[in-house]
Amino acid sequence: MPRVQFEDIIKTYGRLPVLKNLDLTIEDGEFVVLLGPSGCGKTTLLNLLAGLLDITAGRITIGDRDVTDLDPKDRGLAMVFQSYALYPTKTVAGNLKFGLSAQKLAKDEVDKRVTWAAKLLQIEPLLDRKPAQLSGGQRQRVAIGRALVKNVDVFLFDEPLSNLDAKLRTEMRLEIKKLHDELKSTIVYVTHDQIEAMTMATRIAVMNGGVIQQFDTPDEIYTCPQNLFVAGFIGSPAMNLRSGRISTGPAGVSAEIEGVKLALDHYPFRTAPKDGQTVVIGMRPEHFSAPGEPVADAAAVFNLPLQYSERTGAEATGYLKFGDGLISVRMDPERITKFRHGEQLAVAFPQIKLHVFDEASGTRL
Amino acid sequence: MTTIVERATNPGEVAVDRAPRFPRRKKGISGRSIAIIVFLSICALFFCVPLYVIATTSFKTMEQIRQGEIFSLPSPFTLDAWWSAWDHACSGINCDGLKVGFWNSVYILFPSLVLSLALSSVTGYALALWNVKWAGTFLFVLFICAFVPFQIIMIPLIILSSGLKVYGSVWGIAIVHAVLSMPILTLIFRNYYKGIPQEIMSAAMMDSGSFWKIFFEIILPMSANILIVVLILQITSVWNDFLIGLTFGGLGTQPMSVVLANVVITTTGEVRYNENMAAALLTAIPPLFIYFVLGRFFVQGITAGAIKG
Repeated sequence: MPRVQFEDIIKTYGRLPVLKNLDLTIEDGEFVVLLGPSGCGKTTLLNLLAGLLDITAGRITIGDRDVTDLDPKDRGLAMVFQSYALYPTKTVAGNLKFGLSAQKLAKDEVDKRVTWAAKLLQIEPLLDRKPAQLSGGQRQRVAIGRALVKNVDVFLFDEPLSNLDAKLRTEMRLEIKKLHDELKSTIVYVTHDQIEAMTMATRIAVMNGGVIQQFDTPDEIYTCPQNLFVAGFIGSPAMNLRSGRISTGPAGVSAEIEGVKLALDHYPFRTAPKDGQTVVIGMRPEHFSAPGEPVADAAAVFNLPLQYSERTGAEATGYLKFGDGLISVRMDPERITKFRHGEQLAVAFPQIKLHVFDEASGTRL
Repeated sequence: MTTIVERATNPGEVAVDRAPRFPRRKKGISGRSIAIIVFLSICALFFCVPLYVIATTSFKTMEQIRQGEIFSLPSPFTLDAWWSAWDHACSGINCDGLKVGFWNSVYILFPSLVLSLALSSVTGYALALWNVKWAGTFLFVLFICAFVPFQIIMIPLIILSSGLKVYGSVWGIAIVHAVLSMPILTLIFRNYYKGIPQEIMSAAMMDSGSFWKIFFEIILPMSANILIVVLILQITSVWNDFLIGLTFGGLGTQPMSVVLANVVITTTGEVRYNENMAAALLTAIPPLFIYFVLGRFFVQGITAGAIKG
């Protein structure tokens, strides 16, 4: 079965290293999202798998086949591109058929597959049109159709939704998810949009600087980021991160950030903290208590003035002035309107929801 | 109800049911554009006067020409000069008119067009879209070659073509045209193909991966604009060429431009101006015709590379 495996992949452009000794195993039927900021090497990794770029060192296997030196057409993959990359002079049907040109199939088999894909993606009325006569969403469907007809086990998606408007993006997101459930194929999906990653993936590989920072389920990545980069990258509004210093005393472990003492005696440390160690404390905006309400086992209660507030209908975020900067706190949109600008709010934060990282190495403690 | 449905399908369209409250001001012709129009008209006249003289003279009889009034209109109007220029004007000892040269030019034109377009489009495609070793060096050499004057390599080329047993034939002239136009046409094609989005090529690599299949099914259908540009360039340059035709053409295989020169510079008997003018116009008609027919595409083609489409 097609299990995609990257072993010790190195890719350099001239002297510039893009991927550094990367290992990644994608199990059969998984929906893996490669997520990271621009220039993190995620698209490069996808292109290496597709065979569109040459690998500098390492080995890629799909199933039990070593595909490292195979031509793109021989790897048994299908890819959907960011700009759709439809052939402008061919009709939709022509585009789908050209997708099969490497497979040397009988004509009725080609027609059967085109009809099947067109039906699945509801593009049957468009088969005789040229790409220029289609809307963005329709082009996207055709691009997916061109990949589907190949009937391969591994599909690659390179930021396929980034050219669509917000509403269409949500629709197509669901549709791709549905396709994955129906076809049970392995999908490798590149994006810089964490909402896409969180909603679609069975596992996410968060990448930065050519290194996979964490490869885990969306929930695990959100609730238990392994390092500072993942903590800061995942989540919107972003996690509040503040440097502090650990002190271990008879009263238990605690940390001090900006003059506020956080109790850490119930925090599940993996490695025992040292006295005086500099750490970064992370607090997600939604884990703060509602203003004025206590929480069980609070690390600290912050008494801070409200600086700004943002409301997006279903949610609201308050920005409280803390030291030189702001911390964001998720609030009830109905309550937030009652607070005045500059009003002191007392928000508590539970210990078990804290994230503590070593400042020097960035790893989770 | 129906109007609501219509609006839902075409939200951009708004029905206008009364006169606009703020009609746009009509723009008159400004003084500046009048000056430009006058200047351009004078320029056009400047180029049209010789053409006028050539055209009117070609329709005159020799008696009228001898009166020396070059701007007068032809009277009587006659096509005799055109017919004799086409059918029995003398170039040297052969008095078969320009028609021999015309057909020679046609026989030179088509093989050289096919050869040069085929060679340069495929080379440009390979250089632009495939990983070719030493592609940069090859491009540089082509670039240098594009600027080597023909006169420098004329003698070696003649020796080469006589070695290949094509010297003095229309094939020889056609091949020399194709070879000489290769560098510049390859550069034109290569630059055009560089503008094709990389992702289309990547998709084609994954879908087919075949050099020729991608070329014929994807790339060539996308090259209509640039093909027309190159076609016009090549047709006019081959048709208007004199030097290659003169040096590589044998007796009876000379192109129209060379036959025209022989007709015009005849030294025996009287100078038949009307016939010469008609011969010159006959020679100039094919490229002019090409410009008029394909000119629209020509402009589209040279601007097509500017905006990615």
